[in-house]
Amino acid sequence: MDFNAKIPDGPIEDKWTGHLESIRLVGPRNRPKYKIIVVGSGLSGGAAAASLAAMGYKVNCFCFQDSPRRAHSIAAQGGINAAKNYRNDGDSVFRLFMDTQKGGDYRAREANVYRLAECSTGIIDQAVAQGVPFAREYGGMLANRSFGGVLVQRTFYCRGETGQQLLLGANSSLAEQIRNGGVKMHTRSEMMDLVVVDGRTRGIVYRDLVTGEVRSESADAVVLATGGYCNVYFLSTNAKGCNVTAIWRAYKRGAAMANPNFVQIHPTCIPASGDHQAKLTLMSESLRNDGRIWVPKNQDDQRKPSEIPEQDRYYYLEERYPRFGNLVPRDVAARNAKDVCDSGMGVGPTGYGVYLDFRDAIHEQGEKVVNAKYANLFEMYERITSDDPRHTPMRIYPAPHYTMGGLWVDYNLMTTIPGLFAVGEANFSDHGANRLGASSLMQCLADGYFVLPATIGDYLSRHPSAEMSADDQHFKAVENEVRDRLSKLMAIKGNRSASSLHRQLGKLMIDHCGISRNQQGLEEALRKIPQMKKEFGSQLSVPGSDDQVNQALEHAGRLSDFYDFAELMCRDALHRDESCGCHFREEHQTAEGEALRNDEKFANVSAWQYRGEDNEAELYQEPLEFEAAPLAQRNYKT
Amino acid sequence: MKLHLRIWRQKDGSTPGHFGEYDLDDVRDDMSFLEMLDVLNEQLIDGGEEPVAFDSDCREGVCGMCSLVINGKAHGPLAGTTTCQLYMRHFNDGDVVTIEPWRSAAFPVLRDLIVDRSAFDRIMQAGGYVTLHSGPKPEPNSIPIEPEVSEQALDAATCIGCGACVAACPNGSAMLYTAAKVSHLGLLPQGQPERYGRVKKMVDQMDQEGFGSCRNYAECEAQCPKEISINFISQMNRDYLKATLREPVDRRSKMSSQ
Repeated sequence: MDFNAKIPDGPIEDKWTGHLESIRLVGPRNRPKYKIIVVGSGLSGGAAAASLAAMGYKVNCFCFQDSPRRAHSIAAQGGINAAKNYRNDGDSVFRLFMDTQKGGDYRAREANVYRLAECSTGIIDQAVAQGVPFAREYGGMLANRSFGGVLVQRTFYCRGETGQQLLLGANSSLAEQIRNGGVKMHTRSEMMDLVVVDGRTRGIVYRDLVTGEVRSESADAVVLATGGYCNVYFLSTNAKGCNVTAIWRAYKRGAAMANPNFVQIHPTCIPASGDHQAKLTLMSESLRNDGRIWVPKNQDDQRKPSEIPEQDRYYYLEERYPRFGNLVPRDVAARNAKDVCDSGMGVGPTGYGVYLDFRDAIHEQGEKVVNAKYANLFEMYERITSDDPRHTPMRIYPAPHYTMGGLWVDYNLMTTIPGLFAVGEANFSDHGANRLGASSLMQCLADGYFVLPATIGDYLSRHPSAEMSADDQHFKAVENEVRDRLSKLMAIKGNRSASSLHRQLGKLMIDHCGISRNQQGLEEALRKIPQMKKEFGSQLSVPGSDDQVNQALEHAGRLSDFYDFAELMCRDALHRDESCGCHFREEHQTAEGEALRNDEKFANVSAWQYRGEDNEAELYQEPLEFEAAPLAQRNYKT
Repeated sequence: MKLHLRIWRQKDGSTPGHFGEYDLDDVRDDMSFLEMLDVLNEQLIDGGEEPVAFDSDCREGVCGMCSLVINGKAHGPLAGTTTCQLYMRHFNDGDVVTIEPWRSAAFPVLRDLIVDRSAFDRIMQAGGYVTLHSGPKPEPNSIPIEPEVSEQALDAATCIGCGACVAACPNGSAMLYTAAKVSHLGLLPQGQPERYGRVKKMVDQMDQEGFGSCRNYAECEAQCPKEISINFISQMNRDYLKATLREPVDRRSKMSSQ
């Protein structure tokens, strides 16, 4: 298998421009002859589909929602980074690159990360040209806010709905291309499998979620923009429909899966209230700019939080990390919250919560100013909990939020299967072991608007167009496999819903492969997952039929892939015998309880290759080189 | 608390529907409305019965996927709130809760509470964009935008496209949705070159989709989960009037033949 990352030669700042000048192009008259499938219509998929169609390619875009506008990118609240240096505070492309590398704890490819920082400024220009109404200053210039883990203000935002506005921008460009016939949009259609013939990607098999029909679409290249897999934990901040199926099916067809254990746990979410809970709601990290995080010093303090005086409050982040205080990176904030709650200091009915308090910000800046920044977040919180954060502190707790791992891709964003590309959260490439706040929107749009539209031509130009139609026997064979899998799920006829089985898997995963991990727990999870999968195989109930809307069947299919994926996650976490970024192995920590990397053994990417149902996945380690940003221990204390 | 649920059940678009009656015990205050339905569905599935089909995804009130007419109101009794953000503490023990899909000829039922809202997407495709390619663009600060204007555009752009305005309107009109989309781009400098062509094309598409006409009931604004103002409808009407008085601005076919 080809694990050459194809990183261009030359100094880091010239790699991308040099690459653009040297890669092969497809001429404008030939582009309409090439068919490209884009699975997913969020920021990376929507942007890619629109950009490719605008160039002239024929695009088929798929999403399981009823409209491309609903993809989960829409829920990103806080903002998007760009190295514009509008605030004159010392920002630069290099500084954004360094911050991203450092935030990712040096487990990402330098060349990819530098390119991401380079593309960041163009994204803002593109979005503004589409009519994205970013926040402005009184003089009409773009406004910025700061975000966790960095010392400059480089985050652009639209109130607390930056993701929605950027997605509407990408979606409007997509709408234009649908109108012009460049994109054929398939809504309520879920990718069920990938068709690979003679080692090259030829198309996908999908299920029409309204009629239940299983159909195929052929293409010269397939782009997976299918997001992350946090729902392996059942409770996460992801939308209910987010799933691993598309990338897992690609994995089983030969695409390597990289760093699957790297999951970002977001520090500021609303804590769970009971077993009925369907998902967790994120409160934007931007709240940490003005909110102060604390717990009562006295575990049995029964007073209302607003009545607890200053000397009885433990501002644990400010005390432990004086330089960054409440703005430490996400993993540090999450781990410290778990740490204080594990030691019995947590608040709320479950004991797993900490306070995020705006009292001082309101006192210093006035309620009006604080409201202007966070009104919609305060309202959202109040709607869910019936508490007003302006009068009583919010209760927050970490929740799985974003997956840095995903399909292994080279510098051209191509997976190990020729003709299969992965963009956005679905690939592994830019965030290392932890993602900086406000960087996911940036990566999705860099991939979708700028990187993929350039690199995909290099692949296409080497192959003739439209070689295989969806009527080919290879497609029919995969369609039959998919139908077979679906009938098997329908035939179990047990007495448990997919939700109750999923909740059980989620609990196991958050306990053993969540905020912190250890060998014993991971080994236990690896023992229990196959048992759970067996229970699924005998207890699952899917009422109804498969020739109609059947949401129970959709859930069951996704859950079935989550079991296999969960195993690979745990195996990956067990193998990575070091702590780095989000991946905190309790065996490896500094005296202060910080993540302790092992650069000698693990300065690499773990890429797992499927070797059949009865064999263990094979591991390939792509070494990482650090030339522009030499390895350093993360330090957010001084 | 205990609730009695009357839920619209319909196999598919071509089969007549009916109300199903369900009693649900142990509903907790801190459940969301959709979590309450999840609990019902789990009970139905465990018993081998077909669960109630309903749309939802983000469950944070922003994707616009969830819908439901609850006791006659789109997204239920609470102002400015989507169904997924509606909590059961706003209901009382013993309540009878009637749950229906969006009712509009332009939104045909697909199953139970799920409707087809693709008409909204086609309105967007008719002109809800700034024509452009991906690639280098002008420095955004070279076109300063008054924060007031930008904020107003965002007030319109905050529309989540859920369709509550149509469900709430006695006429099934999509004016609030279309107006929000038209006004978002119409307010910003980037939207000016295509402003009048856009409003014409989007309103024409809206009419073709079979939505009713606007009679100023203002129910759309009252039931919009994002509280989008009907002032945008007046704004769209002004633009539409101007558009019909102007020479056609779409010269594309002429330009390409030059």
